[in-house]
Amino acid sequence: MDRRQFHKILGAGLISASLPSLLRPAFADGPLQVGFVYLGPVGDFGWTYQHNVGCQQAQAHFGDKVKTTYVENVPESPDSEHVIADLAAKGNKLIFTTSFGYMNYTLKVAKQYPDVFFEHCTGYMRDKNVSTYNIRFYEGRFVQGVIAGKLTKSGLVGYIGSIPVPEVVQGMNAFLLGMRSVNPTAKLKFIMINSWYDPGKEGDATKALIDQGCDIITQHTDSPTPLQTAKGRGVKAFGEATDMTKFAPDTQLTADVNDWGGYYIKRIQDVLDGKWASTDTWGGFDSGMLSMAAFANMPDDVKALAGQAVADIRSGKNKVFVGPLTDQSGKLQLPAGQVMDDGTLSGLQWLVEGVEGKLS
Amino acid sequence: MIFLITSLLVSIIAASTPLMLAATGELIAEKAGVLNLGVEGMMLVGAVTGFVVTHLTGSTTLGIFAAILAGAGMALIFSVLTLTVLANQIATGLALTLFGKGFSSLLGRNYVGVAGPTLPKLDIPVLSTIPFFGPVLFGHDALIYLSFAILIGTAWFLYRSHAGLILRAVGDSHAAAHALGYPVIRIRYAATLFGGGMAGLAGVYMSLSYSPMWAEDMVAGRGWIALALVVFAAWRPFWLFVGAYLFGGIMYLSLYVQGLGIPVPSALVSALPYLGTILVLVLISRDRRRIRMNQPASLGQSFHATA
Repeated sequence: MDRRQFHKILGAGLISASLPSLLRPAFADGPLQVGFVYLGPVGDFGWTYQHNVGCQQAQAHFGDKVKTTYVENVPESPDSEHVIADLAAKGNKLIFTTSFGYMNYTLKVAKQYPDVFFEHCTGYMRDKNVSTYNIRFYEGRFVQGVIAGKLTKSGLVGYIGSIPVPEVVQGMNAFLLGMRSVNPTAKLKFIMINSWYDPGKEGDATKALIDQGCDIITQHTDSPTPLQTAKGRGVKAFGEATDMTKFAPDTQLTADVNDWGGYYIKRIQDVLDGKWASTDTWGGFDSGMLSMAAFANMPDDVKALAGQAVADIRSGKNKVFVGPLTDQSGKLQLPAGQVMDDGTLSGLQWLVEGVEGKLS
Repeated sequence: MIFLITSLLVSIIAASTPLMLAATGELIAEKAGVLNLGVEGMMLVGAVTGFVVTHLTGSTTLGIFAAILAGAGMALIFSVLTLTVLANQIATGLALTLFGKGFSSLLGRNYVGVAGPTLPKLDIPVLSTIPFFGPVLFGHDALIYLSFAILIGTAWFLYRSHAGLILRAVGDSHAAAHALGYPVIRIRYAATLFGGGMAGLAGVYMSLSYSPMWAEDMVAGRGWIALALVVFAAWRPFWLFVGAYLFGGIMYLSLYVQGLGIPVPSALVSALPYLGTILVLVLISRDRRRIRMNQPASLGQSFHATA
């Protein structure tokens, strides 16, 4: 709280002591306070950056009716509990906690503030006043796979993984399925760097994959270094979470772009209308939460094919994880014609046949 | 096959250079008897200063000089505290690292996610087109050659020059050096500033060449590795080179092996460079007599002239 706010509240307190009847309507008409808790700096140009873009879109959309506040660089530790509780204590009525590690702390604070609404990103535990929301990132990976399958000459594509959690496993499988839909013999190789953000290691992993014959690189880590390293080696690559064109304009084929703004606007509107309810949202292309950056550095027919892949997923014609799917050991995991249900998908821990290397 | 080995070597050289640069600077400081644990912080401040100055002026040369000055500036803070007002070197060094982390984040606030210029490769005509030897020996940026030149220069300075002899004397027995009339404090200032400048150079190599961008905490522990290398190499320049390249090599190869499809848990891969380097350097430095011979006897001790 800055000094001006403090004086405002102090002033309000004095007035409220003398004129209680005048004050209450003034408070009710005041802006709805909305808080955001961020993992990284708003300038990380990846995960947190995109959340903050969403926050700014919501602020611009509602103008005076809403007042947004954010706290950045919040570690996924007990410290985050204090930050969340502090936001609730300062009068925020809707609080978005934007990383998986805040799950337990969000739930704990939510119990202490039953009339504040909480939204936890990428988690799976809900409560009366706690919703969860996430993006079907794998849909974008499928489209990337289609592009890579068309463009690869060596038939080998490299995937820089972070940590083998279900989200990354979904991404690798969807990428391979997209690739195989246009190029039945193409293979995917991966390296897990055991971190979401380590520019030096991301660059080294890129070099290692290129040295091993990969001629297209995609990344599930947050810095633009893989893209820049690929540029140095004359190999094409995909950006992550945000449009990274400016780092390597002649290298980026496209990028998954996370659009949180629409969701934030919708949920804030729900609170304003008194309609907010605890839900679980897992949105893809059709929800507007995921989009692709402009297709570039590829022939027009590949652009058209990629555009068609986006359209098919958006319309529901392509459900991505459709049987028959066999795992690396050749075991049939999903029979022909069946679509994988969200429960199985969100706990996915096996790799589709055609991905090289083992999860460990 | 030749192509494969070539690109492996080129990648390993890039991964090892920041370690070798920072460790060479720390070697000189420690040989003069100053233990500066602030290498990580000085590298971070060097990395961000070099990146910002290059971005503002468009000149990588200016950026490199600014980074050296920034690293030396950090070392100057350390020197004033430990050499002039005689604060504890270990505590001050740790504080310098913590300060450097926070200060570099502050300086770089507006430069996260900014596309930066990259240090050009020197591509020496004719020579760099020779197969194998061309890319391995002649296809790098200037800082990589500089790292070798400085290491060789350092070895020559320490063991072949009069000034180096004095520097070692100050590190081994500051009282004796003082009695002989050498300006102990002034020599230590110079050695610490050199160490800071080299850490700044190592930092700017990371933000302009190794992963050309600025990101908070991008040095990611390499300053600590550089410090450990100096001790494990038993203060000998040649073994410093071996240690730096061993660490860089394992760091890169452990990722490479994973790409080959050999199932190694990624957590173990992250730990391998540390394990491997410790193991090998313990083996080469198990000769206690040699360590005692090379370790500066006054390392980490404050000097206060009594007469």
